[in-house]
Amino acid sequence: MEKFGFAESTKFDTYASRMMPRDEFFTSGHRSCQGCGEALAVRWVCKAIGKDAIIAHATGCMEIVSSAMPQTAWMHPWIHVAFENTSAVASGIDAALKVLERKGKLTGARPKVVAMGGDGGTSDIGLQALSGALERGTNFTYICWDNEAYMNTGIQRSSATPFGAMTTTSPPGKQSYGQRTWKKDMVAIAVAHGIPYVATASPGYLFDLYFKVKKAVETPGPAYIHVLSVCPTGWRSATDLSVRLARLATETAVFPLFEVVDGKYQLTVEPPKIRPVRDYLKPQGRFRHLRDPEVEFIQKQVMDRYKLLLEKCQAPFPEFVPVHVPEGI
Amino acid sequence: MAVPEQKRIGMEVSIAVSHAVQLARAEAIAAYPITPQTHIVEHLSSVVANGELDAEFVTVESEHSAMSASIGSAATGVRTYTATSSQGLALMNEILFIASAMRLPIVMTVANRALSGPLSIWNDHSDIMAARDIGWVQIFVENGQEAFDHTIMSFKIAEDHRVLLPIAVNLDGFILSHVVEAHELLDQETVDKFLPPLVPYHKLDPAKPVTMGAFAMPELFTEVKMAHQVALNNSYGPILEIWQEWGDLTGRHYKPVETYRTEGAKTVILIMGSLAEVAETAVDAMREQGLPVGLVKLRLWRPFPFEDLRNALAGAELVIVCDRALSLGGAASPVMAEVRSTMYPLPKKPRILGYTIGLGGRDTQPEDFEKVVQHAQAEVKQGPSQEYYIYGVRG
Repeated sequence: MEKFGFAESTKFDTYASRMMPRDEFFTSGHRSCQGCGEALAVRWVCKAIGKDAIIAHATGCMEIVSSAMPQTAWMHPWIHVAFENTSAVASGIDAALKVLERKGKLTGARPKVVAMGGDGGTSDIGLQALSGALERGTNFTYICWDNEAYMNTGIQRSSATPFGAMTTTSPPGKQSYGQRTWKKDMVAIAVAHGIPYVATASPGYLFDLYFKVKKAVETPGPAYIHVLSVCPTGWRSATDLSVRLARLATETAVFPLFEVVDGKYQLTVEPPKIRPVRDYLKPQGRFRHLRDPEVEFIQKQVMDRYKLLLEKCQAPFPEFVPVHVPEGI
Repeated sequence: MAVPEQKRIGMEVSIAVSHAVQLARAEAIAAYPITPQTHIVEHLSSVVANGELDAEFVTVESEHSAMSASIGSAATGVRTYTATSSQGLALMNEILFIASAMRLPIVMTVANRALSGPLSIWNDHSDIMAARDIGWVQIFVENGQEAFDHTIMSFKIAEDHRVLLPIAVNLDGFILSHVVEAHELLDQETVDKFLPPLVPYHKLDPAKPVTMGAFAMPELFTEVKMAHQVALNNSYGPILEIWQEWGDLTGRHYKPVETYRTEGAKTVILIMGSLAEVAETAVDAMREQGLPVGLVKLRLWRPFPFEDLRNALAGAELVIVCDRALSLGGAASPVMAEVRSTMYPLPKKPRILGYTIGLGGRDTQPEDFEKVVQHAQAEVKQGPSQEYYIYGVRG
């Protein structure tokens, strides 16, 4: 697939599914729930990463469903240590590979380093380690599986849970409409580190996801990809609607698909017409309790944010001045 | 085997430790600054910056990440070192258990320092005692020479395929870390011969993919922990073997339990770490007064050397365990509790009293040990009012 590689991601619509690699690195037999959007994303992300890679994974849904001793669903060399530290583990792997390469002890190509974690492991408990690894310029790709709550422990809210959503720790009640805070903007946080590649991706748009991941792993230095991971169990949605919901999230501008290359924003999937957020909220039981005022607020907020994003995409200047230290100094 | 002539060089113990890490050709170092560990990592940073050590120094944003990055580099198959103290060790705590359960050969210096609160940067052993059950090999050193020696030896022990466990080398913060002592150093060639390059038992490598850190259901968890326990206990043999090899090489022999003037001693002081040298002075003074007092020094804390300790304490009527930490609200201070458990099954056992001394950098002089001995003997005579004491509380 190399010919489709680096910097080709915007041409996704010219490829057909039969042209995608048949190698499986995230195998069947894992224990994810029926209709898991995250498992679908993992499978395609692993295809895009390719064989020569080492994966560090945070504790969470994907770790639990895929690595019950003595079995594993991972064909990559894969390590799980704890919940909040997967970026630091990746830093250690990256450091080791640098030494091995310098000492001529690497037999094949230098493996890509990829760290993966859920939204809690990324935007809450893992934020410090992630920030440290991004700041240090660790040559790795971080992939956040965002299913918008602590699903593995029983659907508790995280800082990535959307406004109004019902979780077991943000329940609607007589004095509550569910989650009271707007979703933490992890993409902006990643961009603020001045790293060369940041993107959002979705299992509803697999080619887009595939090429973004390829681009990310081939980018020297840190890259961050935020993947919306539809969770029928936690979102209280029908298991056959996961891909539909992932697409609706983008079609309603709730989860726009874009990338930020060296600080320059660019929309990668541009829906011809933005649908009302109600189309996205309605199939999900977690939003069932919302009344019109809340839905209207969400609608306005989503459109305001989308407008801001479009403005960023049209901005003549990047978000930051990329640091490219010249060689020889 | 003839021991080569070694030149004695005065240097700060922290520098000697980092020099040992350099001689051991560590390949990945991840560390976060904390007093009193700082001089070790500062010096290592500078030897890496000067190209004197071909290693990657990962300037992590916390100790939690220091241990996590160490796991990452050790799992990828490079020789890994880190150092910390006190709060840093406490912050690592969660990951320390995982490092040993994953059987990764990491060597870590712990410059022992009190745990907050109140905040104290000074020396005692409360940091490592709070991490007692992490499943690592744990060693306490008495002086700079031992710190240098054990740092190099620990790489060989940790990486031995019969061991494959991380090792914590404990040295007293400030009392050792910041003191200039005379060291007999080894040259690179000698160390290279003693310590060959790391041969990883397993590693993260796309050529042969493995899954590390899989979780265990109740059907397997106990078996995995049992395997860990057996591995740690079985490390005893290789530890002794490698210490012996070092002794043959340098003339400096080490034992899990060291004794000092215990011949005919009715009263024995037991201690770990650098205060053992102060206690030696006290024992000399008491021996001069004709008192049958001896000293036992515990070097190997994990795996605990039960038999060696029983042998060392055979003949003692009173054992005074001097702890450098507390187990608040517990049965005894940590070392005393272990010693009492060790001696309990014996048909003839000594009276054991515990004294916690030198907390949070409180100065401990030879006279203090004499006072402890007098107090303990008086207690035994009248029947002890309690079994352990915090020594030197003012007011």
